[in-house]
Amino acid sequence: MSESNGKSASKSIFSPELAARFDALVQKYPAKRSALVPMLLYAQDEVGSLTDALVAEVAERIEITELEVRNVASYYSMLRFKPAGKYNIQVCTNISCMLCGAYEVYERFQEELGVGPKGVTSDGLFSIEEVECIGACCWAPAVQINYDFHDELTPDQVPDILSHYRTKAQDKGK
Amino acid sequence: MPRLVSHPDEVKIVSRRFGMGAEKIDRYLELGGYQAVKKCLAQGSDWIIEEMKASNLRGRGGAGFSAGMKWSFVPKQSAKPKYILVNGDESEPGTCKDHLIFLHDPHAVIEGTIIAGLAVGAKMGFIYLRGEYRYLLEIMERAVADAYERGFLGVNIFGSDKEFQVITQTGAGAYEVGEESALMESLEGKRGVPRIKPPFPAVVGLYGGPTVINNAETIATVPHIITMGAAAYAAVGTPRNGGTRLFGLSGHIEKPGIYELPMGYNLKKMIYEVGGGVRGGRKLKAVVPGGSSTPVLLPEEIDLGMDFDQVGKAGSMLGSGGVVVIDDQTCIVEFALRTISFYAHESCGWCIPCREGTDWLKKSLTRFHAGFGAASDIDNMQYLAENMLGRTFCPLGDAAAMPTIAFVKKFRKEFEDHLNGKPCPFAKEGAPQLTVV
Repeated sequence: MSESNGKSASKSIFSPELAARFDALVQKYPAKRSALVPMLLYAQDEVGSLTDALVAEVAERIEITELEVRNVASYYSMLRFKPAGKYNIQVCTNISCMLCGAYEVYERFQEELGVGPKGVTSDGLFSIEEVECIGACCWAPAVQINYDFHDELTPDQVPDILSHYRTKAQDKGK
Repeated sequence: MPRLVSHPDEVKIVSRRFGMGAEKIDRYLELGGYQAVKKCLAQGSDWIIEEMKASNLRGRGGAGFSAGMKWSFVPKQSAKPKYILVNGDESEPGTCKDHLIFLHDPHAVIEGTIIAGLAVGAKMGFIYLRGEYRYLLEIMERAVADAYERGFLGVNIFGSDKEFQVITQTGAGAYEVGEESALMESLEGKRGVPRIKPPFPAVVGLYGGPTVINNAETIATVPHIITMGAAAYAAVGTPRNGGTRLFGLSGHIEKPGIYELPMGYNLKKMIYEVGGGVRGGRKLKAVVPGGSSTPVLLPEEIDLGMDFDQVGKAGSMLGSGGVVVIDDQTCIVEFALRTISFYAHESCGWCIPCREGTDWLKKSLTRFHAGFGAASDIDNMQYLAENMLGRTFCPLGDAAAMPTIAFVKKFRKEFEDHLNGKPCPFAKEGAPQLTVV
């Protein structure tokens, strides 16, 4: 683990926008540390996963040890230390979704992508995982791709959803 | 965008502004918004608390504790600052009501939070949303910024001498954080493990200060109670159970959705008339009445008024209002396994009976569903679950144990049908089997 002390904020690994957002975030609360969980999630959104450099900078910004950052991060299921695909497909299989065919949807995603649970496609575009209730029970079965909800899915809709994101990735690449 | 539904039996109070563009501050004002807080500024804190008590509003997160009573426990004088904490960590399987509140009526949450602050003398409120609700957090953040711009938040709110600040917060994926003390830990930037009680949050809460923690639906209801009057609100429900509830119908139901119905509404009627009956005209097998932690009910048990007291008397709980309908082609052993897998995944590991108990139950049920169970496992599962009850800091252990006990007791025959290497009687050829992660 790298030593965080002595690392100047000017050498931030984050974009100037995110760094500015974090400067404001630590001022917002009665205690600086309250910024930790949001900061980790927003940083992960930009970097892709909780890298050593990310953990070090967050520790420095909050003024706690890297070990404390890792201790907290390991508790939350959305935080990850390994990168996911550009589009992380999270299939809810909890009770309401399960009753409405979530496992069929989950299986179809795996077939179409050619990867198994928690797998990442070779182009790095997609990853897939089974997740716990995402709060869309009345619109089951539901899937979240990054932060976007897709409600009332059937397995037949899976190819279209994937091509939508493939197109999106290409447009962004231009 | 989640689909909105409606039914003539609905009494729309909390959902009154759903689908009407009230996430925009001008529209919210047009629809009568921010009038309740002005009334509260004129009337003062004692009046607000008395109104809340008289309304019989009980906690919509699932515990069903009187909101007015909770507020009254906060000491008037405090050396440390007091806080309001709105729990929008909505994670109980079967529950998605707060999702619609944040989406359609974010200012009602802000207005309710200000009123709670005026009632107990807090100058700061936090609105905590689960991490998965990022698009809803953005809607809340926009609403908070608009409220600041109009002078509804900040110092001298609405031109008064009062101050009230609101901070929105995101979680990062944790069911356990829905428990109030774990929620405070998370907001303080720690692992979401529960705190021992007492002291209760009303005395020692966030950053050590007295804290009121209410579910988002509870808070969003507050302005409506102030506007319509506590007596009128209480009259909508049943004795000791004021007002309405956002019931979420999901699972094997023809017309799933969030319906706002009076407290005490009959569950059978809710399923067959409001929800249009079991999907595909199939037979009803069981109903989970209030989120996955509430003990399952059999078809003969659902002629039941849905309020905290009546469902409690029937041996279950009203919980979070998430009604999950299960048809006769569902394997209850598999359903129990999926339920317990969730609690095993979400147990924070702090208390041994929960950490070990949920894992054992998951292993037993996995083995059982695969056809390798022993007859003694059935009693063992029940025994194990019964010994988890009441032996943990927070109710997660109970939340896992209670439904397990009910599944074993009420569907014993179905467990027995899985014995002696017999395949699951409900297995459909070619259908994917539940994979336990």
